[in-house]
Amino acid sequence: MTLNMGPQHPSTHGVLRVVLELDGETVVSAKPIIGYLHTGMEKQAEYKTYTQSIPQTDRMDYLAPMSNNLALCLAAEKLCGIRAPERAQAIRVLLTELTRISAHCVWLGTHALDIGAMTVFFYCFREREKVLSIYDQVCGARMTASYFRVGGLSSDIPAGLLDRCQKFVDEMPAHTDEYETLLSKNPIWLARTRGVAPLSAKDAVALGATGPTLRGSGVKWDLRKSQPYCDYETYDFDVPVGSAGDAYDRYMVRVQEIRQATRIAKQAIEKIRRMGEKGEYRLRDFKYVVPPKEEVKTSMEALIHHFKIVAHGFFPPVGEAYHAIEAPKGELGFYFVSDGTPRPWRMKVRSPSFVNLQCLPTMIEGRLVADVITAIGSLDIVLGEIDR
Amino acid sequence: MAAAPGLHPDAVEQKLHERFPDVTFRRQTGEAVRDHTLYVPAARIAEVCTFLRDDPGLAFTMLSFVAGVDLLPREPRFEVVYSLLSIPHAARVTLKVELHENGLHLPTVTGVWPTANWHERETYDFYGIVFDGHPDLTRILLPDDWEGWPLRKDSPLGYQEVAFTHNTPGRKVPSPDLTTLKPKKVRYRAH
Repeated sequence: MTLNMGPQHPSTHGVLRVVLELDGETVVSAKPIIGYLHTGMEKQAEYKTYTQSIPQTDRMDYLAPMSNNLALCLAAEKLCGIRAPERAQAIRVLLTELTRISAHCVWLGTHALDIGAMTVFFYCFREREKVLSIYDQVCGARMTASYFRVGGLSSDIPAGLLDRCQKFVDEMPAHTDEYETLLSKNPIWLARTRGVAPLSAKDAVALGATGPTLRGSGVKWDLRKSQPYCDYETYDFDVPVGSAGDAYDRYMVRVQEIRQATRIAKQAIEKIRRMGEKGEYRLRDFKYVVPPKEEVKTSMEALIHHFKIVAHGFFPPVGEAYHAIEAPKGELGFYFVSDGTPRPWRMKVRSPSFVNLQCLPTMIEGRLVADVITAIGSLDIVLGEIDR
Repeated sequence: MAAAPGLHPDAVEQKLHERFPDVTFRRQTGEAVRDHTLYVPAARIAEVCTFLRDDPGLAFTMLSFVAGVDLLPREPRFEVVYSLLSIPHAARVTLKVELHENGLHLPTVTGVWPTANWHERETYDFYGIVFDGHPDLTRILLPDDWEGWPLRKDSPLGYQEVAFTHNTPGRKVPSPDLTTLKPKKVRYRAH
């Protein structure tokens, strides 16, 4: 029997369609069909300056806007051969780690809801709400942050933000314990996830899986450790890995990642405090970065630089660069080809969900149709990022 | 140009030269070519990838992405970019294949890395580049009945009527003949 699942199905986390070939309750073959959310972001980027593409990235993985902003900015910075100041990097680390916590909270809540554990959803969204309020304070938007810029940040962090983040990271370990109390030893949860949708380490690498999906299969690979960016080498944290590669291991990896992200965020707060609550937040290289607004009001040169960069955009050198970061879902990379004009000749987004979704047939073929939901949930996909 | 600690770009190239003495691997140079990039002849790409994956000193076990690039008006017009990742060595290398507009065929690497399947479909979808031997080379992000190759530089960005108008009273059904629509004016610069 052929069964069509989606694209309008609540547990496909967006508009994913899967065509399942069934023999009784067993899945013989599965074919994911994507593209329902395709908006041609890569094409549009060719008609926009690098800075203008930043708001586009918010709409890719809309659960982790800051990570997307960061990946684009780092790729453009690599292309231009510039580097944001240390304080800006620390703020980026703080906010992207909070993003990781919030993205994993949404994942945990919805994944548990798919499997039938409703309580977790309310607990997780409570913490996610706090992160969104922090976003709101920092950049005025709850979901579409667009806060990072090539060469630093769009503005300095507001007063009182660090105290608020401090309170959040101090409370977070207790909340993570709550989630674990609800699930980790829950017999129903174990029955629904243990041994379900397994992915061997060999398959995971061959299929290009990254992030928690790869680490759940026991491969210790985290770009923050192996190819550090934003001074991640100065932070002290562990990379949790699974062993069996089943849905339970991926759950465990993500919950541990919430704990590690809390740890990193704590260190980042200390680091920012050491460098001052107010301070340098953008590189002073006015060929690529707009001068601070205060200077634009008083300095003629600053006004000219501001005008040039806002009116034309900055001119990166002719060349190309690929930079990848460890986003909540895996390796998120931007590949830029520049012809020396303010608009990229080509922007390619290597999105983790797009690649991770390819593992789905391997995970579910020969297994029960009820486990398809668990498999999709445990992959942690966002269709905005898959279809771009 | 830093590949990574433990795997120097020269070492990668030397191994390739030893294994494929008849192939010239030209390194891409330029003002801001930030990654280690090598040009590979189209016909040999699958072989070269297999070697890069299986050689224990290189172990590029993961394919990060495949992307097409249209360099109109340059000839050869198209490039296919492969970004390879070596997990044991924490290294990356980029391979490039140049393609002329009248010969948009190259062998698939799905046999080397299964992950290439969707990446190659996407490249086909956007540029019309055909990967010979691909198990299921169909459109992936665009609808099956889409005409044209949207990411080519001679494909217009805008001025297309919306595709679904059946439930909007008074709206005309769009013409499927997209050639009647005027492309947006774009000034091309030599790459």
